[in-house]
Formats: sequence, C-alpha cells, structure tokens
Amino acid sequence: MTTLPPPTAKKLGLVIDLDTCVGCHACAVACKEWNDGGEFGPLPDADPYGAQPNGVWFNRVHSYAVEQATGPGTRELTVHFPRSCLHCETPACVTVCPTGASYKRAEDGIVLVDADKCIGCQLCAWACPYGAREFNMERGTMQKCTLCVDRIYNETLDEADRQPACVMACPTRARHFGDLGDAQSPVSKLVAEREGYALMPEYDYKPVNRYLPPRPRRDGCADAKTKAAPTEALDTAQLPGVLRWLDRVLSR
Amino acid sequence: MRPTFSIIAFTVLSGTGYGLWFLLGIVLTLSRMGRDGPPWPSFVVTALLLGLVLVGVGLLSSLGHLGKPARAWRALSQWRSSWLSREGVAAIATFVPAMLLIGAASGAAPAAAARVAAPVLIAGAFATVYCTAHIYASLATIRAWSQPLVVPGYALFGLYGGLLCLWPMVDASPGGRSLETAVAGVAIASALLKVRYWHAIDHQPPVDAGDATGLARFGGVRSFEQPHTEENYLLHEMGFVLARKHARSLRGITLGFGFAAPVALALLALVLPSLRIACAACALSSGLAGLFVERWLFFAEAKHAVTAYYQR
Repeated sequence: MTTLPPPTAKKLGLVIDLDTCVGCHACAVACKEWNDGGEFGPLPDADPYGAQPNGVWFNRVHSYAVEQATGPGTRELTVHFPRSCLHCETPACVTVCPTGASYKRAEDGIVLVDADKCIGCQLCAWACPYGAREFNMERGTMQKCTLCVDRIYNETLDEADRQPACVMACPTRARHFGDLGDAQSPVSKLVAEREGYALMPEYDYKPVNRYLPPRPRRDGCADAKTKAAPTEALDTAQLPGVLRWLDRVLSR
Repeated sequence: MRPTFSIIAFTVLSGTGYGLWFLLGIVLTLSRMGRDGPPWPSFVVTALLLGLVLVGVGLLSSLGHLGKPARAWRALSQWRSSWLSREGVAAIATFVPAMLLIGAASGAAPAAAARVAAPVLIAGAFATVYCTAHIYASLATIRAWSQPLVVPGYALFGLYGGLLCLWPMVDASPGGRSLETAVAGVAIASALLKVRYWHAIDHQPPVDAGDATGLARFGGVRSFEQPHTEENYLLHEMGFVLARKHARSLRGITLGFGFAAPVALALLALVLPSLRIACAACALSSGLAGLFVERWLFFAEAKHAVTAYYQR
C-alpha cells in the first residue's frame, strides 16, 4: 500500500550533529558494509576499480564552506554534511509509487522498499528532494536507507549493538538514533536543547531526522589580531648604533 | 533531468494517440454516422487503428524505462495515491471503448455499442492524458514540472498531435471536410502556451545549497568537496545540464518545426487546395518532430531539487 499509514506515534530516526561531524565518511562506509550483506543488500558497485566507479550508497557526505562576516572581515566555517533518508512523516516517495513497493511502516515510521514488488520506474527517486534513493542498475529496483531495520530489532545482536551501522561507526558521536515521536527520548531532548532543524520544510514531507546546527564559533582570529596589534614602545635613541641602524633598515 | 528516449516516445506517441481517439470520439458523438445516417467514412476506421498503434507503441515504450518490465502489471494497484498507477488504469480502460468502436466500424460489434462507446472514448482519452501530465506535475521537487501550465500543455499537445494525424486522413478520404483552420488554430494556441511556459520556468527562483542544507542562516554556502569523485545515480539521472546550455536554439527548433511550419503549411493548403494532402503529410512529420524536441526539452531542461546539494 502506498497510501500512508495514519500518523505513527513512534518516529524512529537519526539526529546528525553538524557541529561535531568531521566528514570522515565512516558512516557511509559502515552503512555500505552492513547493507551490502544485510537483508536489503547487496549494494552493487559498477566498475569499482575502473575509471568511472559507480555504486549504490545510502549515505553521502558533502563538505561545505560557510562564509561568515566577522568584525574585521570574513571567515569560512567548515561544515560536513551527511545526507541520507530522513524517513519523512508524509513522504512523496511513498505516495507516488504505483506498485506498493515503497511503503511507510505503521509501527515505527521507517520508509522501506519491497524489492520484490518494485518495477524500477524510479518515480520515487524523482519525488525525493533529499536524494535519498539510489537505483540498483543490476537488479533493476530502487534502494534506500533502511534505518538498519535488520539491526535495530535484531535479537541475535547485543542490545548495545541494536543501532544503525552509521551511528555505531561514527567516531565523533555525531549521529544519534532514537524515537523522535517521544518528547522524553534522549534524541528529542538533544534536538530541543540544540535547536535541531528539519531539511527543506517547504516541501511539507515532514522529515523525521533532525540536524543539529554548528555551534557559534569563538571569534579566535579577530581576538588574535587585536591582541597582536598594539606595538610595544621602543625608544630607539637608547639603542647602540648598530641596532639603531638595523631598526632603521628593518622599518623601511 | 535526463531525457530518456523511452519516456519521450511514451508521452509523445501515446499523447498523440489519445488525442486522435479524443477527436474521433467527438466526431462520432456529434455526427450520426453509422447509426441511422450515412455509413462511417473510411478514415474513421483507419484513424481508430492508427490511434491504437500510437497508443500501443507509446505504452510499450514506457515499459522500456522500467528496471523490471515484467512486473509492470503491479503498477495498476495503487491508483488511490499514485498518478502513475492512475495513468496505467485509465490507459488500459480506454482500450475498451476504442476496441468497441473499431468493432462497430468493421461490423463485428453492434452499431448501437458505438453510441455508448464514443463518449466513453472521449472521457477515457482525456483522463489518460490528464493522468500522464499529473505524473510530472505532481512532483514538487522539479519546479519546471510542478507548475500550472504542464497539465494544459500535455492536453493541448496531445490534441494537436491527434489533429495533425487526422488532417491527412480526412483530406485523403472523399468528401472529408478539411481541417486547415483547426490545425493552424491549435498550433498557434500550443505555441503560445509553450512560450508562456518557458517564460515561467526561466523566472523561477533557483534552490541553492544554503536552502537545501538549512545553513543559509549562517552565511553563504559553497561546496568545497563533493561526496564522491565520480557521477552517481543522482547526478546521472537528475544532473543533466546539456539542454539548459542549448535551450535557446532547441526552443527555436520546437517553435519552428512543431508549430510555425504546420501553420504555414495549413495556410498554403488553404491557398492551393490541390497541394493539401502533401501539405498535411509534411505538417504531420514536421509537427511530430517538433513535439519530440519539445518533450526532450521538457525533461532535459527541468532541474531537480537534489542538484542543489551538489551546487549543479
């Protein structure tokens, strides 16, 4: 069924901290590794060691420079930006699907593709503004982030490991997983505390995932400049002749 | 968006076919042909069959775009939410009145069936093209498509293609009334709509990386490193730039071949009636070629929101 379920109470999703993300791509690689062998894999690569490698990845990490005006001039803030499925509450990728392959789970809000029903029309990828879906050319069906649904409920794993692979792999703990429908959950509190935001709310697909904005930077450069600026008083008349000459030469 | 031949052929050919069926439905509903009046002129059967070929080839071509064409039947199930599914249902349902009319015209089905089938054919053909247009018009992520002139455009260009097909057949059939004025009128209306559409999409504000990432409030956003060194599916499918580079000349070709030449040929046929069949045939080939370029541009010029992340 590609009609959406009634609004789900449980909204599983990710919170991504743009302040601490260092752009190492560990999330993308761990995701690729898990999902290549997981229930929804494989994630094929075409020409992996050739001139034009091309493959399916559920995570893509962009790196941006954000130019900010400061007192004395401008500075650039480096922001690494992991992009993946946001498991929207009202996703167009689900409603455009003509076959029912693309669906949103009523129990936890995860958006999935049933590869056995997908006809590979790719309309869902066109409907997603976040670029969350990538086409498996080998299999002829669409693939996307599963929020590691085959990990998070997997009772053969230790409880501590029942987290999406990207969250487990992040070396700076920039990725958090939890129920964003529960206002008391650690992720919801984190979002409230850090003013987490949704991407492109103008589309009205109501993303579940949240991004935590970079914290304001201390104006280090400007401080350093103002500290270095005052010149120390030097009475050149007191200097020996050689140094006076040196001072004159260097002051030119 | 990458202009895929299968989708261009699908929308142009099936649009033209349904346009032709729509016109035939009107002709058969308004006239009393085949019932108590004169027998059906020969062009009606030919035109119904030509419509069948165009629609059939168009729909088969759309299967070429699928990763799993053998599962295409599944696309008929989600008509409650999906315009693509609705299009599939309407497209197949419209075959029923069309086949009934072909049967009635060739004597295989009772003539009375035609009385019901003709208005149903009008509704079915219109509904199918309307749904086809909505597949694209419903995608908010592609600004050039989610705007009000797309649906009237698909309907008008389908009608225009149908009219271009009908014109030589009507002219070749004895006693047929000529369609020069109608062709010229619809061609001019189509050209005006297309020019207004281009004007509208040229003045749409672009989405930039600042809006896409939500970082605009912190300053000007510039991508300094892409997530991957080579093209991926998203850039291959949605990062097509060629058309926007050559938009001016391709739009000129659309207007010239698609609309101006058929108008000139229609006027020539009015002045020199002896040349009218040649004029109609030339207008059909030129007009259809123009519609193909128009549809290629419709896809190729459209920019997908995801390209903002890549600053393309």
